[in-house]
Amino acid sequence: MSNEPTADLLNRRRFLSVAGLAGAGAVLPTIAQAGEAPKPDPLITEVQDWNRYLGDGVDKRPYGVPSKYEKHVVRRDVSWLTASPESSVNFTPLHELDGIITPSGVCFERHHGGIAEINPADHRLMIHGLVEKPLVFTMDDIKRMPRVNKVYFLECAANSGMEWRGAQLNGCQFTHGMIHNVMYTGVPLKLLLDEAGLKPNVKWLMLEGADSAGMNRSLPIAKALDDVLIAFAMNGEALRPENGYPLRAVIPGWQGNLWVKWLRRIEAGDQPWQTREETSKYTDLMPDGRARKHTFVMDAKSVITNPSPQAPLKFKGRNVLTGVAWSGRGTVKRVDVTLDGGRNWQAARIDGPVLDKSLVRFYVDFDWNGEELMIQSRAIDETGYVQPSKDELRKVRGVNSVYHNNGIQTWLVRGNGETENVEIG
Amino acid sequence: MSRSVKLATAAALGVVMIALLPVVSGAQQKQAKASVEQPAPKPPVKLGLGRPALPEEIQAWDIDVRPDGQGLPPGKGTAKLGDAIFQEKCTICHGEFGEGVGRYPVLSGGLGTLKADRPDKTVGSYWPNATTVYDYIRHAMPFGSARSLSNDEIYSLVAYILSMSDVIKDQDFELNEKNLAAVEMPNANGFYEDDREVSEKQFWKANPCMKDCRAAPKVIGRAMAVDVTPDNKAGPKVD
Repeated sequence: MSNEPTADLLNRRRFLSVAGLAGAGAVLPTIAQAGEAPKPDPLITEVQDWNRYLGDGVDKRPYGVPSKYEKHVVRRDVSWLTASPESSVNFTPLHELDGIITPSGVCFERHHGGIAEINPADHRLMIHGLVEKPLVFTMDDIKRMPRVNKVYFLECAANSGMEWRGAQLNGCQFTHGMIHNVMYTGVPLKLLLDEAGLKPNVKWLMLEGADSAGMNRSLPIAKALDDVLIAFAMNGEALRPENGYPLRAVIPGWQGNLWVKWLRRIEAGDQPWQTREETSKYTDLMPDGRARKHTFVMDAKSVITNPSPQAPLKFKGRNVLTGVAWSGRGTVKRVDVTLDGGRNWQAARIDGPVLDKSLVRFYVDFDWNGEELMIQSRAIDETGYVQPSKDELRKVRGVNSVYHNNGIQTWLVRGNGETENVEIG
Repeated sequence: MSRSVKLATAAALGVVMIALLPVVSGAQQKQAKASVEQPAPKPPVKLGLGRPALPEEIQAWDIDVRPDGQGLPPGKGTAKLGDAIFQEKCTICHGEFGEGVGRYPVLSGGLGTLKADRPDKTVGSYWPNATTVYDYIRHAMPFGSARSLSNDEIYSLVAYILSMSDVIKDQDFELNEKNLAAVEMPNANGFYEDDREVSEKQFWKANPCMKDCRAAPKVIGRAMAVDVTPDNKAGPKVD
């Protein structure tokens, strides 16, 4: 920074005031006006309280929470979307996060009958139907089984669903925040099913929650035996109540609604149940008036989280563009980024673990001279699927499918750094 | 080895794979069954955890209902009886005529709108199976007082809701565990299996364009103009 020419510093000051972002300067080192002698920074020259007085002792924070300066980093809802907060959704603050793991406390929530508060000692999991031996498990039973640790994304099929007809919500938290990515600890469902002994004609399972909606979904047996987990922990600790404590289903790469929380019952059968959540909801209405069903897999998708409407650019010169990408079909192979609305693309730098059906974190480190940008990202997965533009999607799916909007997102970065959700043509 | 891999192996051995996973045709299922019955290299080791579920316990929790009628409990009801129950327990959210209050689900109308610019996906216009109405009410309704209705009350409510879209025309028609599964819904044939890997195969591209891919883009829509983001105070109110 000390190597930057004075003219650049001047431009920066002007830019900050034009952008109304000068307040952000409070965290910036004080920069001298041209001609003035540089003034020493009092944050350095004066002894600060935290440097003099004792802080909280170890017993003050038995369960730690983020700094009081991070209070704005919270899940938020869009109150007009749903009728009641008990059957509703809120959104992960993607623009405030980094790396690939979503902190448990800001993982988006989707409930159909509010959060079930269940004492794990009172929780039971029943497996019955087309099995040799119907069984009941306690949480203690489940924790005595061989367990595994896996990082997976969970995306609601309705993520970005408000954007089908055009740019609507101004923030990646709202356009893309129905996703989280955590490490689960749990037991492969196959082990539990083996205990009960599946009859040979089993083709589907029904998973049901213990909440006041008794959320139930049908799951094809091939997936159940492949990589489905019955999880009791996320990010190294017990599941959060809002994420299904004490037990939930983990259905890697598939739409979030299948990941039944507060899981209490699994019934084996030979056909799907056609529950409300897999007929009335989570079916994709096409332009011809018919609807796709069983659209379980989440197509490859990505979004730039910074800059974005809630996280405008504050500085000319060096900047970090970052975002997340994912695919329900496996690993993300590459993420491309454009700064000019899709005319030219460059491969972004993926940093951190690249895991099966998990978010990846990507970066483009760039210099910005204050020109208007139209930034987009596109994910390419290991199957060769390339995240399509919104127009390409609409050509096939129309605008009434509600679910599975994985189209490329455009943010317009204005000359003053403000960033806006736009539709381009 | 996953079952899908087994099936693929079976296919390689001469069984024709027709359907995409996860739906497995009868012939494939038979083949899979045969391969399951072959001695496995490593038979699954039972962990010996869990205890037998008692019949009373299964009965208490087994409340799901399938399109073939499996799970329908003995009972009966009529639309006329259902109307009275609906007016007492359901109108606060769904409205007197099932028109929906605020953002709560609309239950009536919508027939013939699925191709419209703004489709109305109601029980009558969209739901493929009448049994789903029973299953859903039995699981989750009334909102905030789940599991409080008798089997007969649910039959009556299902009959009443179906009468909203003339699926049941006679207010005194007795709906019961023997005839509910046979009720034909207007949009029963309106659904098809996920076909994205075929109908959207153009999204698998070997070499996506990197240079000079399009003409200069223009902004044609702005979220800020729509102005419904929660940060803004002008979001639409739902009452």
